[in-house]
Amino acid sequence: MKMHKFAKLAAVAAAGALVLSGCANNEQPTGGEGGEGGSELSGTLTGIGASSMQAAQEKWVAEFMTQNPGVQVSYAPEGSGAGREAFMGGGADFAGSDRALKEDENKAGEFGRCAEGSIAYDMPMYISPIAIIFNVEGVDDLNLNAEVTAKIFDGKIKKWNDPAIAELNPDAELPDADIHPVHRSDDSGTTENFTSYLSEVAPDAWPHEPDGEWAAEGGEGAKGTSGVVAAVTNGTGTIGYADASQAGDLAQAKVGEEGNFSELTPESAAQIVENSPVEEGREEHDLAMELNRKGEGYPIVLVSYAIACAEYQDPAQAELVKAYLSYMASEEGQKAAEEAAGSAPLSPKLAEQVNASIEAIK
Amino acid sequence: MSTSVEPRDPQATPEGEASQPTSVGRGGELVFSTISTVSGLSILAILAAVAFFLVLLAAPALTSDPADLPYGEFWQWVAPFAFGTVWAAVLALLMAVPVAIGIALFISHYAPRKLANGLGYIVDLLAAVPSVVFGLWGINALAPAVMPVYGWLNKAFGWFPPFAGGVSGTGRTMLTAAIVLAVMVLPIITALCREVFLQTPKLHEEASLALGATRWEMIKQAVFPFGMPGIISAAMLGLGRALGETMAVAMVLSPSDQISFELLTPNGPNTIAANIALNFPEAFGLGINQLIASGLVLFVITLAVNMAARAIIASRAEFSGAN
Amino acid sequence: MTTRYSEKSPETGAESRQSGDEATRKALVSGQLPSFTPIATLVVSIVVVAGVLALFGSFGIAMTLVLGFVTFLVVMRVLSHVVEGSRRAADRTARYVVTGAFVLALLPLLSLLWTVTSKGVQRFDGEFFSSSMFAIVGEGGGAVHAIWGTLIITGITTLIAVPIGIFSSIFLVEYSNETPLLRKTASVLRFFVDVMTGIPSIVAGLFAYTLFSFIFGAGYKSGLAGAVALAVLMIPVVVRSTEEMLRLVPNELREASYALGVPKWKTIVKVVLPTSVAGIVTGVILAIARVIGETAPLLMTAGLYTGMNTNALQGQMTTLPVFAYYQYVTPGIPQEPYYARAFASALTLIIIVMALNAIGRYVAYKFAPKTGR
Repeated sequence: MKMHKFAKLAAVAAAGALVLSGCANNEQPTGGEGGEGGSELSGTLTGIGASSMQAAQEKWVAEFMTQNPGVQVSYAPEGSGAGREAFMGGGADFAGSDRALKEDENKAGEFGRCAEGSIAYDMPMYISPIAIIFNVEGVDDLNLNAEVTAKIFDGKIKKWNDPAIAELNPDAELPDADIHPVHRSDDSGTTENFTSYLSEVAPDAWPHEPDGEWAAEGGEGAKGTSGVVAAVTNGTGTIGYADASQAGDLAQAKVGEEGNFSELTPESAAQIVENSPVEEGREEHDLAMELNRKGEGYPIVLVSYAIACAEYQDPAQAELVKAYLSYMASEEGQKAAEEAAGSAPLSPKLAEQVNASIEAIK
Repeated sequence: MSTSVEPRDPQATPEGEASQPTSVGRGGELVFSTISTVSGLSILAILAAVAFFLVLLAAPALTSDPADLPYGEFWQWVAPFAFGTVWAAVLALLMAVPVAIGIALFISHYAPRKLANGLGYIVDLLAAVPSVVFGLWGINALAPAVMPVYGWLNKAFGWFPPFAGGVSGTGRTMLTAAIVLAVMVLPIITALCREVFLQTPKLHEEASLALGATRWEMIKQAVFPFGMPGIISAAMLGLGRALGETMAVAMVLSPSDQISFELLTPNGPNTIAANIALNFPEAFGLGINQLIASGLVLFVITLAVNMAARAIIASRAEFSGAN
Repeated sequence: MTTRYSEKSPETGAESRQSGDEATRKALVSGQLPSFTPIATLVVSIVVVAGVLALFGSFGIAMTLVLGFVTFLVVMRVLSHVVEGSRRAADRTARYVVTGAFVLALLPLLSLLWTVTSKGVQRFDGEFFSSSMFAIVGEGGGAVHAIWGTLIITGITTLIAVPIGIFSSIFLVEYSNETPLLRKTASVLRFFVDVMTGIPSIVAGLFAYTLFSFIFGAGYKSGLAGAVALAVLMIPVVVRSTEEMLRLVPNELREASYALGVPKWKTIVKVVLPTSVAGIVTGVILAIARVIGETAPLLMTAGLYTGMNTNALQGQMTTLPVFAYYQYVTPGIPQEPYYARAFASALTLIIIVMALNAIGRYVAYKFAPKTGR
C-alpha cells in the first residue's frame, strides 16, 4: 500500500519532469548558421553593472551571441557601484556604470583581471535622456526652467498655481493644488545627473551637492524608475523625473531657459553630449565626459559607461571584450539599443573616440 | 558532547558508550544523538560565520574618520533607520497578530472541518507570493486605495500625533508599508498558530464544554493557555521577518532620514534592510562597509528585541509536552 | 493553565447553585435569537451606516463596510445580552470578530491573487514554458530557464536546510535536557535561531558571495552559492516551527514507548516525528515559500543568465523571482511584453508553491497517525 503511494508520487514527479525537459526550445543548436558570421571567437564574458542599461545590454547580448555562437555573454544588472566593485575585485570582465571612475579611483594595478600596471578605460556607451514627468489634472503641457524645477523639488514652491510656474506657462490652467514632488529613494545615476543639472544651471535655487542619493528634505521617495513612474501615475499633483523611455503615457515637461524650451528627443539629448568635452587630466583613451548642460539641446541626460581594462592579463579575454564593446559602440549596436531601450545614439564624433579607445585595449 | 548522553530507557544497558556496538539500539542512539547535537552546533557555527563576516566588513566603516564616510557620521546616519525598522515591525505585528489569531481560530475552531482545510490552504498561499509582488501590489493597488482614508483620518484625528502632518500625495507612507508587512507576516503567524490550536488536547476542550462553557469560554480556558507559547513563537518569527524584510518596504515606503511617528506623511523613516537594498547597488568602497555596518546594527536590534521578548516570556512557565 | 481552570469552574458552579433550578433552566432553554438575526442585523447595519455616511457626504466602500461591521458587533452584543445573557453575547462577539478577521485577511489575498493572475495569464502559454530568454528581445521568449533555476536552487537549499533544521529541533526538544551543558547550549541555540530569523536577505547574499569568492576566486557565481545564501535564511524558520511541533507531542506517548523498551532514537523516529509530521511539513513548506521568492541575495550569488543552465556548480543561474524582478524593473520598449513575462513568472512561482503545498499536505495526511479529531 505504501509502495503504491510512493509510486503515485513518483509518477506525478516524472510527468512534471517530462513537461520541463531540461532544455529550451529556442536554444537548439542552429548548425550552419554559426559559420555565417565568420566568427571564430569563443569563451565566456561576464559583465556586471548599472541596471539603467539592462534593457540595452539584453539586446546587445542577444544580437552579439547570435553573431558569435561560440561566445557566452552575461550581464548582471546589480548596479553601478556593485559593477565597479566587482570589476576591481576581478569578478567581471567589464563593468557598466552610470558614472566614470573618478581620477583617484582609476589607479594602475587596482583591477583584478587587468594586467599588472594597467589602468581602466571609461567609455561612454549608453545615453539616456531623463524626462520630467508630471500628473496634474487639466495640465498637459508644461515648460520648466532649472530654477523653478529646483525650487519645486526642494519644496520651496508648494502649489501648482505658484506665480513662478505661471510665468513660464502663460497658457496653462494651473490648479490650486499641492505639488507632491517624487524623487528616487535609491542611490542612482539618474538622480546624480538630475541634481547636477539643477546645481550647475541653477546653483542659487539648488544648494545641495549633486549626488546619487537624494539630498533635499521633503518630497516623496520611490524605488527605481518604475517606482517613480508608478508613484507619479497613481498620485495626484505629482511630479518626478525618470528615464524617458520608461515614462509611458505620462506628460513630460519641456525643459530649458526662457523662450528656449527644448522637447525631449533622442537627437536633442545626443546633442548635449556631442558638445561636451572629455574631462581634463585623464589618460589618453579614458573618456570620462564633462557634460556641458548649459549648451544646446535637452540638458538632462544620463551617460552610462562601459569600464574595461587597458590591458588584460589574458589576451584571449581582451579579444572578447574588444569584440563585444565594438559591437556596442557600432552604429548597428547603438541603433539596436535605441530600438530596445529608447536610448539616444552616440554621435559619430563620440563613437569615433570610443572606437579608438576600444582599439587601444590590449 | 554527545558522549555524555545518559540513557533514559531502562532497557538499555548502563554506561554503554561507543565501545559497546553490541546493541543496535545503543549504536543507533549514539549516532542519532550525535547527528542532532552536531546539527544544532552547526547552526551556531553558521551564525558565527555570518557574524564574523559582518563584523569584518563593517569594521572599516566604524573605525575610519566620519568625514570619509560617504553617507555621513555613522550613528547619526543609522539612528533614524534603526528607529524606522522597529517602528514598522511593531506596527505590522500590532495589526497582524490579532488578525492571525482570529484566522487561526476560525480555521481550527469555527469553520466546518472540510471547509477549514481549504481555507488554511488559501492562507498558506499568501506565503508563496514573492516579496516583489507584495511591493508591486503595495504601490499599484494598496497605496491609491488608502489615500482617501488617510485624508479622512488626518482630518478627523489630526490631533492624534501619528495622524498629524501633511498627508502624502501618493499614499506610500509608513502605515502603508506596515500594512504590507502585516499581510506578509500574516501567513507565517497564522499557519503556526493554526497548527498549535489544532494540537490542543481534545480532553481539555471537552472538559471545558462539559462544564457548560460557551465556545469562546472554552477557547479562553483551554486553547489559549495551551497555545500561548506557540503564539509567542509565531509572533517572534513574524517579527523576525518584519524586521528583516527588504524589497517590499523598499518599494512601498517613501523614506526619509528623520525620526518621526507620523504615519500619514512621507516623513516615515526608512528601515535598515530597505535602506541597504536601496543604496547597495550603487555603493562603492567605504559605502559598502557603511551599509554592512548598518546590517550589523539590524543584527543587534534583532538580538535586543529577542532578549526583551524572552524576558517577557520567562515570567511565564513554558508549556511543553516534552519536558 | 490549570490555575485558569480552577478560577473559572467554581465560579460557574457558584452561579448555578445560587439561583438553583431556575438558573439551570434558563441556561438551557433561555431565549435564543432566531438564526436569521445576524445576517439581517449585518445588512441593516451596513445600509444604515451607508445612509448616514452619504448624508455627511463622505461615503466610501471601505469605510462603510468597516463602520457597518462595528455597528453590527455592537447591536448584536446588545441584542444577545438582552435575550441570551452576557456569556452568550460574549461568545457571539468572539465568533463574529474571528470570522471578520478571516474575511479581512481574505481581502488582500484576493486582491493580490487577482492582480497576479489577471496579468499573468496573458503569457501563460506553451512558449513561456518551453523557451528561455536566450537571444530573445521584446516579444516572445519564456521562463523555462528560470523555472529550472528556481527548482534546482530551492531543491539544494531544502536539502541543506531541512536536515540541519529538523535534527537541530530534535536536539533542542529531545536531547537538550540530558546534561546542564547541553541545556545551556540549547538555550543559547534557541536564542540565536531567533536572532537568525532577522538576518536581512541581502546580508545573507553578501555572506554567501564573500564565502564563495574566498574559496573559488572573485566573481564566482553559481546555483550552489545561491542555495547557501537561501539556506541561511531557511534554517531558522525550519528550526523554530519544527521545535514548536515536537514540543506539542504529549509526553505520555514518549513514556509509553520507553515503557515498552523502545530506545529513545527509535521513539523519536517512530512516535514523535510521525505524531508531529503534519506540523513539521507545514513548517518546511512555509520555509520553502519564505525563500523561494527571494531576489536580492540570488542576483548577487547566482546571477542572471538568459539561457538554460542546469549545472548548479558552474555558471550563472536565473531564478523566477530574479527574472520577474528584472523584467519588471528594467523593461525595454515597448514595456508590455516585459511586464507580462514578469507577472507570468510570479504566477508560475505561486503555482509551484501551491503544488508543493498540496504534496506536503498529502504526505502529512498519509503518514500522520489518525487523531481524535
